[in-house]
Amino acid sequence: MNDIKPALLMAVVFTIICGGIYPAVVTGIAQAVFPKEATGSFVTDRSGREIGSALIGQPFSDPKYFWSRPSATTDFGYNPMGSGGSNAGPTNPDYLKKVADRVKAFKDAGVSGEIPTDLIQASASGLDPHISPEAANVQIPRVARARGMKADELKRLVSAHAEDRQFGILGNPRVNVLMLNLALDRLVP
Amino acid sequence: MTQYEWLQTILFLVLLLAAVKPLGAFMAKVFQGERTMLSPVLAPCENLLFRVCGVKRDEEMDWKRYAAAVLLFNLALFVSLFAILMLQHLLPLNPQKFPAFTWQLALNTAISFVTNTNWQAYSGESAASYFTQMVGLAVHNFVSAATGIAVAIAVIRGFARRRTSMLGNFWVDMTRCTLYVLLPITLVSALVLVSQGVTQNFSNYKTVPLVQPITYDKPTADAKGNPVTARVTVKEVTIPMGPVASQEAIKELGTNGGGFFNANSAHPYENPTPLSHMVEIFLILLIPFALTSTFGVMVGNTRQGWAILGVMVLIMAISFAVLQGAETGGNPLVAKLGVHGVNMEGKEVRFGLAGTNLFSVATTGTSCGAVATMHDSLTPLGGMIPLGLILLGEIAPGGVGSGLYTMLAFAVIAVFVAGLMIGRTPEFLGKKIEVCEMWMSIITVLAAGVVVLILSGIAMITPKAVASMANPGSHGLSEVLYAFASMANNNGSAFAGLSANVNFYNILGSLAMLVGRFVPAVAVLAMAGSLAEKKYVPPSLGTLPTDKVPFALWLTLVILIVGALTFFPALSLGPIVEHLTMLGGK
Repeated sequence: MNDIKPALLMAVVFTIICGGIYPAVVTGIAQAVFPKEATGSFVTDRSGREIGSALIGQPFSDPKYFWSRPSATTDFGYNPMGSGGSNAGPTNPDYLKKVADRVKAFKDAGVSGEIPTDLIQASASGLDPHISPEAANVQIPRVARARGMKADELKRLVSAHAEDRQFGILGNPRVNVLMLNLALDRLVP
Repeated sequence: MTQYEWLQTILFLVLLLAAVKPLGAFMAKVFQGERTMLSPVLAPCENLLFRVCGVKRDEEMDWKRYAAAVLLFNLALFVSLFAILMLQHLLPLNPQKFPAFTWQLALNTAISFVTNTNWQAYSGESAASYFTQMVGLAVHNFVSAATGIAVAIAVIRGFARRRTSMLGNFWVDMTRCTLYVLLPITLVSALVLVSQGVTQNFSNYKTVPLVQPITYDKPTADAKGNPVTARVTVKEVTIPMGPVASQEAIKELGTNGGGFFNANSAHPYENPTPLSHMVEIFLILLIPFALTSTFGVMVGNTRQGWAILGVMVLIMAISFAVLQGAETGGNPLVAKLGVHGVNMEGKEVRFGLAGTNLFSVATTGTSCGAVATMHDSLTPLGGMIPLGLILLGEIAPGGVGSGLYTMLAFAVIAVFVAGLMIGRTPEFLGKKIEVCEMWMSIITVLAAGVVVLILSGIAMITPKAVASMANPGSHGLSEVLYAFASMANNNGSAFAGLSANVNFYNILGSLAMLVGRFVPAVAVLAMAGSLAEKKYVPPSLGTLPTDKVPFALWLTLVILIVGALTFFPALSLGPIVEHLTMLGGK
C-alpha cells in the first residue's frame, strides 16, 4: 500500500491549488478587468444607490408596468434566494389551470391579440430578466392606457430597449423588463 | 428552426470539431509524458508536487494497483468533502451563516461530487457557503474529472501496449491532466464568463428595493398551530453573490454539472448571455470530443478515433432533431387555451429554442448534468431525449474519460457480435477479444442500467418514495426513472420536481452513484490489464475493419439496441404513455 501517502497528500495539494489558488487568481483578474460584471451587473440611481441588477428580473403586476414572465421561485415570484422553475409536467392538471388563469389575467387587463408563450409559461431560473419583443409589444396598449401615453411613444421606447441576437447570430432577440420599466418611470414618473 | 438557429448550430459544430485534433494531440503529448508548450512553466510545479507527495513518476502500475490508487484517492476526497459539509457552520467564508448539512444530505452530496455526478438535493444559494462551494465542491469538479480522464488513458494504453501488465501511473496521469489540461482551459474560460456577467466575488449577499413592491400569502401557523396564510408585503429582495465563474468553468469542462445556484445554468448569474451559453456547451463537449482524437493518436490509428467521434455526433444529431421538433410543436394542452407557440415552460428567453435544446443534448449526452432548461417541463417526447441519452450510458459523447471508456466497451461488444455473425475472429485494434474482455465490457455497459431498473422498481412500491413526485401519473414515473438514471450514470440533472432530499433518495441514490461510477471504472481497468498483456495480431483478410463507416453504423445500432432492450418497457410506461395522453387531450 505505497499509495496511501500520495492519496492523502494529493488530496490536500489539489484542494489548495484548485480550491484556493485558482479561484483567487480568477477573482483577482476578474475584479481588475471586469469589476462591474464580477460584482453582479448592478444598476444605480442618480445618488449611486444600487436599485437592481440588470441580470436579475423583478416581478410586476401593475398595469402601468410591462409584466415579466411568470416565476416559480420559492415563497414569491422573482425571489433571488430561491431560484428555479415550476418543474410542472406538460400534462399536470394543476399546472394547466395556472396557465389558464394567467391567460385570463392578461385578457382581463385588456390585452388583446396573440399572447406569446413566454408570457404565460414560467422561466427556468424564475429570475429571467427578459421577455420576447412580441411579449413586450402585446402589452403596449395596456401600459399606454394606464399611463396616458401614446402607443407610438411606447413603441419607440420598447424598440430602444430591445436587444438583438448577440453578434447578430446567437440566442434570441429580447427586452429587459426591469430596464424598460425603470426607463418608463424616468420618462413618466 | 430559423435560419439564425441553423447558423448558430452549424457554426458551433464547426468550431468544436476544429478544436478536436489540436486538443486531442496536445492531450496525447501530456499523457505520454512529452514536453508541451506549457512545460517551461508547469514542469517545475509538477516535479515539486511529485516530490512533496512522494510519487515516483517513472514507476508504472498494473491494473490492480491503478484501480486501488483511484479508489484510495477518491476515498480521501470523499472524507474531506463530507467533513467540510458537516462542519460548514464552523468554517470561514460563510457570510450568510448557513448551518451544517444533515449527515444524509452530506453523504449524498459528497458521494455525488466524488463520483462526478453532481446530483444536488440542496439548493446552492440557500444552503452552501462560499467555502463549501470553492474548497469543497469546485475542487471535486477538478479531481473527479481528472480521475475519469486518467482511467480512460489507462484503458487506451491497454489497447496500445503489447505484452506488458503496466498501464501507467495514476498519480502522474491525474496530476498532468489537472495541471496541463483542466486548469489552463478553466482559467481562460472563467474570465470569458465573467466578461459576460457571471459573478466572481466574495461579497455578502446584496439587498435591492423592488420597483413595484408585491404582496403574497405566506404559509404560517396560528396560535393553535393550524396552518394559515398571512398577507406579506415584499419591498426588497436579497440577491446572492459569490465566486461563480471559477466554479462554472470547471463545472462544464469537467462534465460535472453542479450549479452554484439552484437554477444551475439557467440562472442569469451562471449563464447571463447567449455567448456564455454557447461557451458553456462548448466546454461540456470539448474534452469528451477531443479524447477520441487522443485515443486515435495513442493507439496509432487516428481513423479509429474519428470513427468513434462519428458515432457520438450521429447519436447527438438524431437526439437534437427529435428534441427540437418536440419543443417547437409546443404543448397542445396549452394551445387549447388559445396560446400558440413553442414550449417555453422552464426555458429562458435569451438562449433561444435551438440553443436551449443543444444544451440539453450536450449535458445528458455527456455526464455533465448542468441544465439551462428544466427537463421536467419538457414535452413528453422531448423529455425522453435527455432521459434516453442518459440511459444509453452517456456515450454520445459521454463524461470526460468515462464516455470514452464506456464507448470502447460498446465497441468491444459490437466487434464480438459482428464476429459471431460473419464468422470472423473478434479482434479490435489488433487485440483478440476473449472471455475476460467480454465480461468486463458487459459489466461496464450494464452496471448502471441494472441499478436504475431495480431502484426505480423499489421506489414504485415504497409509499414515501412515491410521495416525492411533483407531478401525477406517468410523468411521476418519469421523474423517478430520471432520478435513478441520472444518479447511476453520474449525470446529476433531474426532472427536478421530485423532492429528492429525503432519506430514500439520498441513501439509495448514493448507492446508485457509487456503483455507477466505480464498478465500470474498475471493470474497464481490468479489461485494459488483460488487453495490455496480449500480443498484437496484424490485420489479415479475416479481420473486420473497425475504422470505417459500416462499423461506425453497426456500433451505433448495437448501442441503440442494447438501450432499447433494457429500457423500452420503462420508457413506455413513462414518457410514451404521457405523450399519448397529451395527444388525447386528457
